[in-house]
Amino acid sequence: MKSLAERPVNPVVGVSVSHESASAHVTGTALYTDDLIVRSQNVLHAWPLQATHARARILSLRTEPALEVPGVVRVLTSSDVPGVNDAGIKHDEPLFPDEVMFYGHAVCWVLGESLEAARLGAEAVEVEYEPLPSLLTVAEAIDAGSFQGNQPTVERGEPDAALERSTHRFSGEFEFGGQEHFYLETHASFAHIDEGGQVFVQCSTQHPSETQEIVAHVLGLHSHEVTVQCLRMGGGFGGKEMQPHGFAAIAALGATLTGRPVRLRLNRTQDITMSGKRHPFHAKWEVGFDDDGRLQALNATLTSDGGWSLDLSEPVLQRALCHIDNAYFIPNIRVHGRIAKTNKTSQTAFRGFGGPQGMLVIEDLLGRCAPLLGVDPSELRRRNFYEPGQSTPYGQPVRHAERLAAIWQSLEDRSDIARRREEIARFNASHPNQKRALGMTPVKFGISFNLTAFNQAGALVHVYKDGSVLINHGGTEMGQGLHTKMRQVAATALGVPLSFVRLAPTRTDKVPNTSATAASSGADLNGGAIKNACEQISSRLAEVAARKLNIHPDDVRFDAGKVTGIGFHDSELTFEQLARDAYFQRVSLWAAGYYRTEGLHWDSSRMQGEPFKYFSYGAAVTEVEVDRFTGAYRQLRADIVHDVGDTLSPLIDVGQIEGGFVQGAGWLTLEELRWDVSDGANRGRLTTQSASTYKLPSFSEMPEEFNVHLFERATESGVVYGSKAVGEPPLMLAFSVREALREAVAAFGPGARAVELGSPATPEAVFWAIERASVSSAKLASSDLPKDDDDAHQDSARRAPVTTSVR
Amino acid sequence: MEGIRVTVNGEVRDCSGTNPHTRLLDWLRDEGLTGSKEGCAEGECGACAVLVARPDGPDRSRWTSVNACLPPALAFDGQEIITAEGLGNVSNACTPEELHPVQREMAERGGSQCGYCTPGFICSMAAEYYRPERTPADSDTSDGATGPSVVGEDHATDHECGPNGFDLHALSGNLCRCTGYRPIRDAAYALETPPDADPLLDRQNRPAPVPQRTKTEQFSRPETLTEVLQALQDNPDTKLVAGATDLGVEVNLRHSRPTTTIAIDRLEELRTLRQSADSIEIGAALTLSEVERALAGRVPLLSHLFPQFASRLIRNAATFGGNLSTGSPIGDSAPVFLALDTRVVLASVEGEREVPLSEYYTGYRQSVRKPNELLRAMRIPLPLAESTAFYKIAKRRFDDISSVSVGIAMQLSDGVVSSVRIGLGGVAATPIRALKTEAALVGQPWTSDTAAAAAVVMAGEGTPIDDMRASALYRSAMLRQALLRFHAENAPALEVAK
Repeated sequence: MKSLAERPVNPVVGVSVSHESASAHVTGTALYTDDLIVRSQNVLHAWPLQATHARARILSLRTEPALEVPGVVRVLTSSDVPGVNDAGIKHDEPLFPDEVMFYGHAVCWVLGESLEAARLGAEAVEVEYEPLPSLLTVAEAIDAGSFQGNQPTVERGEPDAALERSTHRFSGEFEFGGQEHFYLETHASFAHIDEGGQVFVQCSTQHPSETQEIVAHVLGLHSHEVTVQCLRMGGGFGGKEMQPHGFAAIAALGATLTGRPVRLRLNRTQDITMSGKRHPFHAKWEVGFDDDGRLQALNATLTSDGGWSLDLSEPVLQRALCHIDNAYFIPNIRVHGRIAKTNKTSQTAFRGFGGPQGMLVIEDLLGRCAPLLGVDPSELRRRNFYEPGQSTPYGQPVRHAERLAAIWQSLEDRSDIARRREEIARFNASHPNQKRALGMTPVKFGISFNLTAFNQAGALVHVYKDGSVLINHGGTEMGQGLHTKMRQVAATALGVPLSFVRLAPTRTDKVPNTSATAASSGADLNGGAIKNACEQISSRLAEVAARKLNIHPDDVRFDAGKVTGIGFHDSELTFEQLARDAYFQRVSLWAAGYYRTEGLHWDSSRMQGEPFKYFSYGAAVTEVEVDRFTGAYRQLRADIVHDVGDTLSPLIDVGQIEGGFVQGAGWLTLEELRWDVSDGANRGRLTTQSASTYKLPSFSEMPEEFNVHLFERATESGVVYGSKAVGEPPLMLAFSVREALREAVAAFGPGARAVELGSPATPEAVFWAIERASVSSAKLASSDLPKDDDDAHQDSARRAPVTTSVR
Repeated sequence: MEGIRVTVNGEVRDCSGTNPHTRLLDWLRDEGLTGSKEGCAEGECGACAVLVARPDGPDRSRWTSVNACLPPALAFDGQEIITAEGLGNVSNACTPEELHPVQREMAERGGSQCGYCTPGFICSMAAEYYRPERTPADSDTSDGATGPSVVGEDHATDHECGPNGFDLHALSGNLCRCTGYRPIRDAAYALETPPDADPLLDRQNRPAPVPQRTKTEQFSRPETLTEVLQALQDNPDTKLVAGATDLGVEVNLRHSRPTTTIAIDRLEELRTLRQSADSIEIGAALTLSEVERALAGRVPLLSHLFPQFASRLIRNAATFGGNLSTGSPIGDSAPVFLALDTRVVLASVEGEREVPLSEYYTGYRQSVRKPNELLRAMRIPLPLAESTAFYKIAKRRFDDISSVSVGIAMQLSDGVVSSVRIGLGGVAATPIRALKTEAALVGQPWTSDTAAAAAVVMAGEGTPIDDMRASALYRSAMLRQALLRFHAENAPALEVAK
């Protein structure tokens, strides 16, 4: 068995190649789930009846009027469910509810010959509701004691005593908003009963195996009677890890009951109002520093807004607690976490999975405290970096901690920071109405699923007699380039050109019991499994070649489709020839591969262990310019140095880093979810439920100059071809944007004062921060600026209490 | 009656019998052309973008990118459309397996990740690729291929135009959730000039397809204004549609199903732009992009407006007539036209009348326009005021809806404000004039004291509300700030020297 990290000569991994579907993308021929319906006949379309109460009991549901609408074929309700009426794995998510738990909750689904017929059918259904009291904001939930799931605590040292001893102590609160995934492709499922009588569901899902399991339990079937296929997704970002299951189950239920193919595709409004989002959080903290600005103690309580059901809220919270340290050593710490239960969509996985929320708390805290400590914020950060030999609060040694300082230094050099600081000072001195500033922040992110069992993967690799290779694995493609990397891994492991390797769509009947493509682990896990399968085949082929070349099998080399012996190349075979020879010698040409991440252990009851295989590191520095008149800003330049180990595919990795950064910046500066929290008729309604009210970053929000550098000589031992995961960690590089905004706001004022900034830091939030920062201290006390408490009519994202008090 | 035919990717397809509410996008997808995607169904994301051959004067056409999710399919009777599927095949007729240059640059540079938004980007980018006015910058400034390393004061403008003359605003209506845009910008800025033999380039040398006299029970396209006015007279519930950028949203998101729709976007009577000694008249059915090209900077205040009005995809379809007629208080053109003292020309079978825009709106989406009247044109009086500005307050610089918008046109005479008109959007049920602020300015010396005093008055204009875009407090503050900013940007030389 070869080492997992070691690369052969001329590896296909590490070569810059385009996305494997790039040509299909640009010609519009790449197929997504909902593109398949024109290939079928007699398709039925599904439309939900969405409740218009934040919480209500369903007293009666009359579906007969819908059946009178021309084209309506059937209305699906709870009485149609042959198995378990639940869309999740925690049994707290009824597929058809008796009690509406959020505004927009689907009460029943109508199947029609056309989408229009189904929609009109849903309008005709008569429902009688008994409205019930609802909780919408985290504050309301905390006041009412409405929590769900576990309440874990990570603890180390003596936080209380260490706080007492600290020479500088600060406390604060921070409430920040969630994020809508806004994958361009909304949730889509397409189900039919296949030629063999099986339920076959095409689904835009990051977790086909779990979609399969939930479809099976809803239908009262075994898993082997249901197959789920995912061709590709038009974006996932975590939003299709658990959320697709119920929609797939509706389509499958409809197909089972009518015998016709059923298509369920949410339009954008339905998708935003029905599916879960990144968790908003509330944090309350107390922190202690010594005279040098070194962190001594942190005591914090994080409350996430889980929405109406648990979904993935528990593991998201765990990851938040495991990342509140980010890159910093905190010797004494107690972080307590809890999940508010509110009448909103059930919040779920989103790129970073709680990590960003935990890290935002410490980055916000450092940004606020730096001026009070009299230390430059980036210096304060650097001073607190983990050093080799130190461990995280949950007991995991921080391996390669020295990379933090090395990356930081490399970033300072590459981004020409010293010169630019001077330029910025000159600019600011001559521009009373515009200020520029730099923000520089690090990332340390743990890679592996916290749930140890998920850290396994399977693959199926076929070599055909003509030498062509077909690979299957359990991972799904959502644009992150996993399939591209997997082809490169297979080509490398078999020693063939990339063009020999084709990849078949992800299907649960090819590779069973797969994990979600999530936690950035897709390439690590599935790459390990593919490499394993390929090596089984190539070791068999080596024996065939060794006999032919009259050498020892260990001395056979596979390179670019040629098979030779070590040291002499006068006789060589082609890979095609060898495959054919092997077939005639009755040597198996296919293999099932398997991989499990070694060395992981985690005790979630004590919140201690080594849940991560390794840490990903990176740092970013961003320069912004803020306008005094409006609070609007531009990102002038962003520089990133990021550690992806030895890259499997440079073009793909750089794309993930840039895309993650911009998506993170969207979360922190622009994207604002707002619910109607009034007591009016629309209480609970999401008011930002369309592309015209929920704004994603566009071209005008990208950094005008954008430089990404992959950290060099970064081989990660124990990971496929020495690489590291890349999906999630770069999102958190965007903290540099937020911290740059904070610095620019400070530049409008006298300084030496904590700058409090709402999150998202929209132009409006920045404008109010400037107003606060630029008034004199005396006036600040009696200021008529909007206080966070006096707009009780506003939602939690806007109402970000930001008070730092020196004690 | 002849059937309804649409040419897509060079192939004539039968569109007869299509439901009048079926959007172009849904018809294309039902035809099996599933490359165009629905991302938002309201013209915000551009995943549905396609190319349409639109008139560019009487003799030429222009490949114009539009959102397919908004207009009805029937509006394309007799028209020519290119989708991402057809782009390479049509333009490289001899070698269909080759990618179009736009497709090749996007594929090779990592411009697609999940790929869902990509066909729309391809079409928007192709329209800019073929734009006749696109010319490379002088060679001495076009060194970096991607041009991102421009520093200094001109940063913002420079980074939005490539060395190849590619205007990044061409992509302002396309959203990508994966890439962070940098590789898409690189692909755009790497495009060369189309070769002369390119059939799609050549197509632009011939007139656009003539509008068809489409007539179905619920959707029709009359040939003359007289017919339209008679139809309005006979049935005041008739829905008039030009670019469908508003109606399409109503149909898609609010499930509006008008019984009778009449297309007016190709009526020559509504597509004129005339300048006389005392006014400029803009036809109501010219698209914003067409007005922008025809005016060529003659009305600076409109030049400020264009790049901030929605996106290129929307401006290629939307009309000023539509924007003023829908009467939304957050439509961006009304504040500008108010500042320009515009009068609207209303036409009916009884004849025409002119109404000052400031007296046009009577309530939320209501106006003095009678059910049988049609807004035929806008008349901007000349001469124009010398100092003008349009300030749009929004979360995003490209393609957003205003929280507040402000149009200002001021004339100074010897350092004294001799006239000023200020139009406001987003602070009342209708677009309004800031009359109190205007009164506080006229006759005053244009000093920082005057601006500061008037800014306080401006903050009290209108009755702003809290909503998902902004708080009422912020809206009021932005009114105040707009006047301070206007003074900072238009301070008389005298005071600057002082």
